[in-house]
Amino acid sequence: MGKRVGIEVSLAISEAVKLANVDAIAAYPITPQTHIVEHLSELVAEGELDAAFIPVESEHSAMSVCAGTSAAGARTYTATSSQGLALMNEILFIIPALRLPVVMTIANRSLSGPISIWNDHSDIMSVRDTGWIAIFAENGQESFDLTLMSFKIAEDHRVLLPISVNLDGFTLSHVIEPHEFLDQEEVDKFLPDYEPLVQLNPDKPVSMGTVGIPEIYTEAKKCLDETLIASEAVVKEVFAEFGEMFGRHYKVVESYRAEGAETLLMTMGCVSETAMEAIDKMRDQDNRSVGLVRLRLWRPFPANVLRAEVAGAKTLAIIDRAISPGGTAGPVAGEVRSALYSVEGAPYIASFIAGLGGRDITIDDFISVVDQAEEMAESNEIHQYKIIGVRE
Amino acid sequence: MTKKFNEKAWNEYELGYMVSDAGCAVEYRTGDWRSQRPQTNKDKCIKCGVCYLVCPEGAIVLAADGTYDFDLEHCKGCGICATECWTGCISMVEEDE
Repeated sequence: MGKRVGIEVSLAISEAVKLANVDAIAAYPITPQTHIVEHLSELVAEGELDAAFIPVESEHSAMSVCAGTSAAGARTYTATSSQGLALMNEILFIIPALRLPVVMTIANRSLSGPISIWNDHSDIMSVRDTGWIAIFAENGQESFDLTLMSFKIAEDHRVLLPISVNLDGFTLSHVIEPHEFLDQEEVDKFLPDYEPLVQLNPDKPVSMGTVGIPEIYTEAKKCLDETLIASEAVVKEVFAEFGEMFGRHYKVVESYRAEGAETLLMTMGCVSETAMEAIDKMRDQDNRSVGLVRLRLWRPFPANVLRAEVAGAKTLAIIDRAISPGGTAGPVAGEVRSALYSVEGAPYIASFIAGLGGRDITIDDFISVVDQAEEMAESNEIHQYKIIGVRE
Repeated sequence: MTKKFNEKAWNEYELGYMVSDAGCAVEYRTGDWRSQRPQTNKDKCIKCGVCYLVCPEGAIVLAADGTYDFDLEHCKGCGICATECWTGCISMVEEDE
């Protein structure tokens, strides 16, 4: 086992990327992701990482370069946030369609306007349907571990899909935390070299990214969908292997003191750590029957696991850090409502939007959410979603 | 029997729907797109081959007597051959005629 290091989470991610021994990095700086690729560029410049660092003029180009290097058989990495992710949008659809296992860190940040550099989940939610696997980290150690695991998941021949590792911008990316690093030998044992199934090669030419006429497009989309759904099993496999080798265990849906709880909170990302404190307070001081469910795997959506995790609860209060204007629920809550709709005895689902554009979600906010959700469940209130803490 | 490109099930295509067979576009019947079809008055044909050169689809084929025929499986009916023909021996006629 490696040593314990106090380091900024962004830099720990860069170190994980270095340990993964990537071949190519193409990125453009954007707050709050910048420290990750800045540190990687230093590692490459200092000869500590033997990779091609390709500076580009925009995120659209960054993701386009990633498509090229990955298609050529290189282990490929990039990172971005917010507007940068939005600018990548059209290429994001192409990467999974071509089955290219690019790994991308997203330091989650709100989208303009109004202009905001602070964190919420509107960036990742806006690219929900691109066909990428999307995983959420809650702290620095998870960010480090999940970065390493992502390469193994993405490059598995049953998967060959890109992955985004999501962590909250600033509130997680910029804090200094203790991380347990892994040794290069350990990482090499866990993560062997990338073996492409097919790659661009002049001796064996192929055309990638050809036209999909109406007779083919539906089949192509079905193929991507089935592959993405099937990747859940590989995600679980890699989590299990990592846990066995390094003693840190991950699940696609995590829970905290949820067993037998009447009311469950549901969160995604680093607010889960505050939510755990709120749960402790409610359980230990007020003797309330509450627990927490944390969604780690956002795509593919682990519907079956989730159904099992929330079975038996009366109320499920879901906190989204993104708003779908004019919609019927927060993005996560809408998904969960749909997954539980025809399940007999499913909990009442209350959808809350909170923590937009960097606004803190406090322990008291979580307690208030539980109070409101229980009241709403009592009267079976028909609602779409409520925004927490908005001034009226 | 090998299935045609538009008969395969979703999981029978190559990885990422890439194409590794060169020239596979020949399998696709673009002749279905046509609303007008070229027709030749071979008495006026001087066998110059201009139609053969300008056809963007390679759908004009050399006949045994040195004149030219049309590959109606792939001809999209664009009419370039009729416009460019020096002697005016090619004319476009409606498909339903």
